[in-house]
Amino acid sequence: MFDLRTDMALVKVHDLKMHFPIYTGVLRRHTGDVKAVDGVSFDIIEGETLGLVGESGCGKSTCGRAVLRLYDITSGSIVIDGDDISTMSQDDLRRKRPTMQMVFQDPQASLNPRMTVAGIIGEPLDEHTKLTKSEREARIYELMDQVGLNRDFANRYPHEFSGGQRQRIGIARALALNPKFIVCDEPIAALDVSIQAQVVNLLEDLQERLGLTYLFISHDLSMVRHIADRVAVMYLGKIVELASRDDLYSDPLHPYTKALLSAVPEPDPTLHDTAERVILTGDVPSPSNPPKGCNFCTRCPAVMDICHRVDPEFLTVRPGRQVACHHYSETKNTNVDQPVT
Amino acid sequence: MSDATTWRAWLLTDAPTSRRHARLASFYKGWLSLRGNTMAMVGLGILVGLLLMALFAPYLAPHDWKAQDLGNRLQPLGSPGHVLGTDSLGRDILSRLIYGSRITLYIVTLVALIAPVAGLLVGTIAGYVGGWADVVLMRITDIFLAFPRLVLALAFVAALGAGIENAVLAISLTAWPPYARMARAETLTIRASDYISAIRLQGAGPIRIITRHIWPLCISSLIVRVTLDMAGIILAAAGLGFLGLGAQPPSPEWGAMISEGRRFILDHWWVATVPGLAIFTVSLAFNLLGDGLRDVLDPKDGGIE
Repeated sequence: MFDLRTDMALVKVHDLKMHFPIYTGVLRRHTGDVKAVDGVSFDIIEGETLGLVGESGCGKSTCGRAVLRLYDITSGSIVIDGDDISTMSQDDLRRKRPTMQMVFQDPQASLNPRMTVAGIIGEPLDEHTKLTKSEREARIYELMDQVGLNRDFANRYPHEFSGGQRQRIGIARALALNPKFIVCDEPIAALDVSIQAQVVNLLEDLQERLGLTYLFISHDLSMVRHIADRVAVMYLGKIVELASRDDLYSDPLHPYTKALLSAVPEPDPTLHDTAERVILTGDVPSPSNPPKGCNFCTRCPAVMDICHRVDPEFLTVRPGRQVACHHYSETKNTNVDQPVT
Repeated sequence: MSDATTWRAWLLTDAPTSRRHARLASFYKGWLSLRGNTMAMVGLGILVGLLLMALFAPYLAPHDWKAQDLGNRLQPLGSPGHVLGTDSLGRDILSRLIYGSRITLYIVTLVALIAPVAGLLVGTIAGYVGGWADVVLMRITDIFLAFPRLVLALAFVAALGAGIENAVLAISLTAWPPYARMARAETLTIRASDYISAIRLQGAGPIRIITRHIWPLCISSLIVRVTLDMAGIILAAAGLGFLGLGAQPPSPEWGAMISEGRRFILDHWWVATVPGLAIFTVSLAFNLLGDGLRDVLDPKDGGIE
C-alpha cells in the first residue's frame, strides 16, 4: 500500500489508535473504551499540506493531538523526521519537540491570559535555547514580523487583541523553534469569515517561505480544498478515504465522502437546484460502541450485506487513492465506476 | 500637575515599552477599578489605619500598655486621661488596643503566609499529578475539613502548649484545606486548557508548568480567599486568646482583653466591648476589601473587555 513517495514522507503514521478507557460502577472497573482514533494510517510528504476533514466528534482533533504525543497513545507508530516518537520517553520527546508544533482552534484559550505577547512567544525560546536577552528580543520581534504583528504590541496582554491577532500570536509561538511540521487544529474555526482568509493566507505564505509541512484539521471543506494538497476524510475514528485534493473533490469514491461533499453549499444558483444531494439519515454511532463491520454501515446509502459483517480494509484502489469500502475492495482491479446508484 | 498627567498617561498607555511597564500598567488599571468601589476603599482605609497604628504604636499610645494603676481601675469611657477607660488593673484600654493591633497583624500575616502556600502546594500537586497522589492528598484534606475549625485548633494548641506562635501554627493547620481544594479545582481547569497543551508541546516539564503557569493563575483567587478568610483568622485567634490558649496575659491581645473584661461585663461593659469592637471593625474591613478585590482580580473577567 505504500508507493514510492513514502520515502519522502516527513510524517508517517501507521495504525494509530487512541482509546480512552471508560470506568464505571463503584469499583471503577474498566468496562469499555471510547475509540476516538481507531487504526489511522497516513503519510505526509515534506512541504505538503494534508487536510483532515470529518464531522464533529469523529476524532480529527484527537488524531492531531495524538500525532504530537499530547496523549499517550494506545498503539501504533508515529515517525516524524526519521524518529519513531510513539514510544519515546518524555525526556527524548522534549528534545524532539522543536520539530513539531501545533496551532490551536481557540486562540483565546491557547494563550495564557497572564502573560504578555512577548512572554508567550518567547517561552519556547527559554525552554530550548540559551539566547541572551537581546538575542531573544530580536527573535521575538522577527517572529512578530513574520506573522504580521505590530512590534509595539509586544508587551500587551492577549485579551487586548482581536481573534485574528490572537491566532497570529499562536502561530508565532508555534514558529519560534523553527519547526518542520505543524498540526493546525481547526485554526480558523473560531474566527470571523473575513479573518479566516487572512489567517489561511498567512499559513500558506509561511509554508512557502519556511518549507513547513501541515496537518490541517478542519470541518470546512471549502477551506480545505483551498489549502490542502491531499485530503483524508475521517469517520468515527477511522480514515475512510485519502486522495489528492482534485481527485477527492471531483470524484469522491467513498459513500461518506460523497455525502459530505454534497453538503457543501453550491454558490451557483443554477447548479444549486440541479445538484444531487445525498442526505444521510440517523446519527453517528457512539465511538464507545461502534457497529460491527464497516463503521459507516448504519447510515450508508449503498450498504451491502457484507458491510454489516466485515470491516473493510483501507486499500489503494488507484495510484494515490486509498479507500476503506467494500464496493472497491471486491472490484478494485476490474471496475471502479460508480457502484452507488 | 503636568507631572501627574504624564505618569497617568504612561501607566495607561496602549503600547507598553517593557514587560515591567506592562505589569505596572495592568496593576494600575486594577487599582483604578478597585478605587471605584467605595466599600472596598473604606475597608482598605481601615486596614491602612491599622497598619499605621501598629507601626507607630509607641508614639500613638498615651500610656504604657502594661503600667498598672490599681487606684484608677475600671474608669468609664471618656474619663480624663483615659479616653476608652481603664481595665481591672487600671491599665489604659486605648494604649492596650493600639499595641494589640501589632499582635493581631502578626498572627494574621503569619497565617496568611503559611496556610495559602501549604494549600497551594498540596492542591496544585494533587490537581496536576492526579491519580493516587490526588486521592491521598485530597483525602487528607477531607479529614482536616471534617473537624470544626476552632475545635481542631484548640486540640492543636492544647497539645503544643499555649502561646501566640502555637496559636499561629494551630490556625494555619486548620486553615490550609480550603486553599488546597480551591487550588486543586483551579488546577484541574487550567491543566485541561489549550495553553497548557501548547506549553507541553514546547517540552516544558511538570515542575515548570506548575510553578510558571499554574501558580500565577491560582494566586489571584487565593488572594481574594485570603482576604475574605482574614476575618475568620482574627476571630479564631481572638477565640483562642479568649479561651486562654492564645496570647497569655499580660499581652494586650484583643481576644484576651475581652476574656479579662468578661468578669465585669454587667457593671463595666466597655472593658469587654471596646476590644470586641476593634475585632469587629478589622474583620469587617478585611471582608469589604476581599469583596472588592474579588471583583478586580477574578481571572475569568480578564478576557472580557
